Amino acid sequence: MSDLLTLSGIHTHVGRYHILQGVDFVVPEGQTTMLLGRNGAGKTSTLRTIMGLWQASAGQISLAGVRIERTATPDIARLGVGYVPETMAVFSDLTVRENLVLAARDGPPDDARLDWIFGFFPALKRFWLSRAGGLSGGQKQMLSIARAIIEPRKLLLIDEPTKGLAPAIVGSLIECLKEIKRGGATILLVEQNFHAARELGDSVLVMDNGTIVHRGEMAALAADIALQEHLLGLSLEAHQ
Amino acid sequence: MNELAATDSLPKPKRDIIPALLPVALALLVLPLIGSASSWATLTVASLAMGMMIFIMASGLTLVFGLMDVLNFGHGAFIAVGAYVATLVLVPLAGWMQADSLLSNLAAVLPAILLAMAVTGALGLVVERVLILPVYGQHLKQILMTTGGLIVAEQTLYALWGPQIIPLPLPASLRGSFIIGDVAIAKYRLLAMLVGLIVFVAIQLVLNRTKLGLLIRAGVENGEMVEALGYHIRRLFLGVFMTGSALAGLGGVMWALYREQVHASMGDDLTVLVFIVVIIGGLGSIGGCFIGALLVAMVANYGGFLVPKLALVSNILLMVAILMWRPRGLHAVTSR
Repeated sequence: MSDLLTLSGIHTHVGRYHILQGVDFVVPEGQTTMLLGRNGAGKTSTLRTIMGLWQASAGQISLAGVRIERTATPDIARLGVGYVPETMAVFSDLTVRENLVLAARDGPPDDARLDWIFGFFPALKRFWLSRAGGLSGGQKQMLSIARAIIEPRKLLLIDEPTKGLAPAIVGSLIECLKEIKRGGATILLVEQNFHAARELGDSVLVMDNGTIVHRGEMAALAADIALQEHLLGLSLEAHQ
Repeated sequence: MNELAATDSLPKPKRDIIPALLPVALALLVLPLIGSASSWATLTVASLAMGMMIFIMASGLTLVFGLMDVLNFGHGAFIAVGAYVATLVLVPLAGWMQADSLLSNLAAVLPAILLAMAVTGALGLVVERVLILPVYGQHLKQILMTTGGLIVAEQTLYALWGPQIIPLPLPASLRGSFIIGDVAIAKYRLLAMLVGLIVFVAIQLVLNRTKLGLLIRAGVENGEMVEALGYHIRRLFLGVFMTGSALAGLGGVMWALYREQVHASMGDDLTVLVFIVVIIGGLGSIGGCFIGALLVAMVANYGGFLVPKLALVSNILLMVAILMWRPRGLHAVTSR
């Protein structure tokens, strides 16, 4: 299995802060790679740097062999990267339909693709012509993910999709992401919810202070409570 | 997945009609104060015409403000340049302007408007690339650069055309009034209202019925996410800036014909009004800008009639009152 995304020695400065301090990892094609870590470890900054929203001050990022660390955000998106930010960032003044029309760059959204998405997220069909600002938090998250998958993408960068959602909705969201994963998507997923991470992840990266401090199989980390406590300051039971 | 199906229906988005009712309420409120129905009607038509012209000038600025977060204090330069460029056509074709034929009048006015819009649009391209691009995200520098640009533009107009006021008589077919009962409605004011409405409807159609419009609306709300979806927002910025500049040029021509004169500082005078309108309306909101322009014009006209001493500060008072009620303007689109 080839590596779709490679980060080598990535440093990112935001203002006078040195956020990422030499990040190295790979994301294998067709797998879901979890990016875990405490608040402020640099997870969101890593996704933003990959997406070009913050410029890496040093290091290399390759997407399917193409160097992108100096590429503008829109061009990175057009190379096939879908981004679901932590804030969801749905356009609240636009309808659900308009949000998806914008996300479909190659023309009007494909009907079959829309049906596939509605299969995951029936609420989006129901509220097709409603303003996105009126959706619930869970529905906004659905819309944000739907926007990222409205056309086939090589890589999905998803930042804390379960944050702030009710437990019942989190379970449903996990099922949706599993379905997307079964479709062969390559996903780099930032998550604080260890239960969700265990359910979805093939491999795991743990960040602390702007560097990767652990990499391995998700199943191995899920089985090693002592390691979880050491790396993340939590135990699996705490999230069950 | 059942929870995500969320069968409970969405709360209907509230249609905020209060701002739209304000101009109507204001017009009705002053009717008994003015006393004479014919004076009221004349003042109201004058307000609507003035408001439409201010809207044309301000519409571009509100999008520039909302979409690009750029404080363009030089917007008035496009207004003045538009008016001066129009004189390049209208002064030599004065004979056509004064002919009693509508066709002859239009043959002079339409090319003047098109040339003014083309020149101010192209000037917008230069200003965005040279003055704005280096200072995106830096408000203080934007103020300095654009204010400096306005001064340079104004002085250039003085240098090229001289300090004197250039008279610009209305075309013959647009002079005079329609008399309905006791009410005289100036023809040019009706035309200004019509053009303003056309611009308003056209902008609304573009914003609501086209993908370009969706991008602009989305960009006003969250430009970063628009980029993350694969669209170069800077190119969008440039297009909006040029369009806004061209609309300011159109507004400049219409204002010059309304006042029947052109002078280099006309952009200065109008910049304050235009900024008040944009702030009252809510940054980035075309609907808010439209209502704000009407309110500003109504307050200026009614205020000037009822309490002339308050006329100079009436728009500031209006802005303070609206911002105390709605701190982000009548129609808040951005979080700024």
